[in-house]
Amino acid sequence: MPFPRLIPCLDVTAGRVVKGISFQQLRDVGDPVELAAAYSEGGADELVFLDITATLENARTMVEVVARVADVVSIPFTVGGGIRSADDAARLIEAGADRVSINSAAIARPLLITEIAHLFGSQAVVVAIDAGGGRVHSHGGTTAVGRDVVEWAREAAECGAGEILLTSIEQDGQRSGYDLALTTAVRDAVRVPVIASGGAGNAQHVVDALRVTDAALVASIVHDDPTQLPALRDAVQAAGIVLRPLPEVLT
Amino acid sequence: MSDTLIVDYGAGNTRSVRAAFARLGETTNLSAAPDAIERAPYVVLPGVGSARAAMEHLTETGAADALRERFRAGRPILGICLGLQLALEHSEEDGGVVTLGLLEGTVHRLTDGRVPRLGWASVSPWDQSFYFAHSYAARSNATIATADGVTAAVAAGSFLGVQFHPEKSGAAGERWLASCRSRV
Repeated sequence: MPFPRLIPCLDVTAGRVVKGISFQQLRDVGDPVELAAAYSEGGADELVFLDITATLENARTMVEVVARVADVVSIPFTVGGGIRSADDAARLIEAGADRVSINSAAIARPLLITEIAHLFGSQAVVVAIDAGGGRVHSHGGTTAVGRDVVEWAREAAECGAGEILLTSIEQDGQRSGYDLALTTAVRDAVRVPVIASGGAGNAQHVVDALRVTDAALVASIVHDDPTQLPALRDAVQAAGIVLRPLPEVLT
Repeated sequence: MSDTLIVDYGAGNTRSVRAAFARLGETTNLSAAPDAIERAPYVVLPGVGSARAAMEHLTETGAADALRERFRAGRPILGICLGLQLALEHSEEDGGVVTLGLLEGTVHRLTDGRVPRLGWASVSPWDQSFYFAHSYAARSNATIATADGVTAAVAAGSFLGVQFHPEKSGAAGERWLASCRSRV
C-alpha cells in the first residue's frame, strides 16, 4: 500500500489564494505558485486547488495558474471548481494538472465522469462529494439533491471516478474532527481511494482520519501557512502513522 | 546537444514531463514523427491516456515502428508509467491490446488494495519513495525494482521504464531523472 497522504487544499480566486469565512470576507493569502512550492518543500504529498468562484473569467485564469504551478512544482496536484465538460477538464490537464475534481456537473450528468476517465484514465478523475446529513449537496454545498452519499459514491466509482473527495458540510470549519463514520461507510462502499475532508482542528483528527482512510485534506489546520506543515507531519507520525520519508535536503 | 524528444501520442499531460526536464536545464521537443524519434539523443515515452488509444496513435504516426527500430539499434528510451507498459508485449487494458513488444512481459489490472493505486511508495532496492498513479502493472522478467510487490521499474537493452512518475516525485524524482540522464 502507498503511504497515507496529507493533501493541503488551496482556495483560489482571480489567480490568488484566498481565505475567508464567507465569500464576502475573503483575505488574500498569497500567490498560488509560491504557496504550492512551499507546501511541496514542507512535505505535502499532493495539492488540491479549488477555484471557489468558478466564473468563466476565473476558469481562464485558473488554466494559467495551473500552467505556472506545473512548471515549478514537482508533486501531483488536483484542480477543481467549475468544471462542467470534458473540454474544461482537458484544458486543465493539458495545462499540467494531474487530476480534475468534479462535483455538481457529475451529479447533473454522471456520464461526464466516464468521458474524462476515457480520455485521461480513472486516476485523473476525482469526484468531490459534499455531504450534509448523509445526503449529497451540490453547488458548493448549498443545494440538497436528495441522494444518499454512499450510494452516489458507489455510482461515481462505477462510472469511472478514480478517487472520492468526501467533505462533511457539518464538520467543515468546526475543527471538531472529520466525519469518521461517513468516511468509513464510503470507504467500505468503494474500491477507489477516499480522501477525508472537513473538520480537522488538530493533528489527532488527522491521525483518526488516516486510520480509516487513505488520505486527508488539510486547510485551516495549517492556517494556510506552509511552514506549519512539517510540525503537523511530525505530530501525525509521532502518533504512529507512517508517512512517506522525505528525501534529505542537499545543501 | 540536441533536444530530448517527448513522444506525443495525442492525449494528456506532457507539460509536467517537459517541465521536469526544463528544471534539469534540458530543452525538449514534442513529436511522434519517426525521423524525430530516430534522430533524438534521448527519447521519453510519457505516461498518459489509455493503452489502446496510445497504441493506435503510435501505429498511425509510424512512431511504433520507429521506437522498435530505435530499440534494436540500442539507442536509449525512457518509458514512464503507461510508457513502461507500452514497451511490453500485451496489456489487459481496454479489453486487451497488443503493445510494442520491446521487452518480454505483460500488463495486468491491479487486484490488491485500492485501485487506482495512488500515492508515494518506497521502491526497493533503491530505498527512495516515488509517486505512483496507476490501475495496471507490469509482470516481466525485466523487472529491476518493485514497490509493495508491484513492478516499479524494468530494464532491458537500451530501454528503461518506470511505473512511477519521476516528474511528479519531488526532489527524489528530480535526482532520479538527473542520474538517469547522466548515464546516457
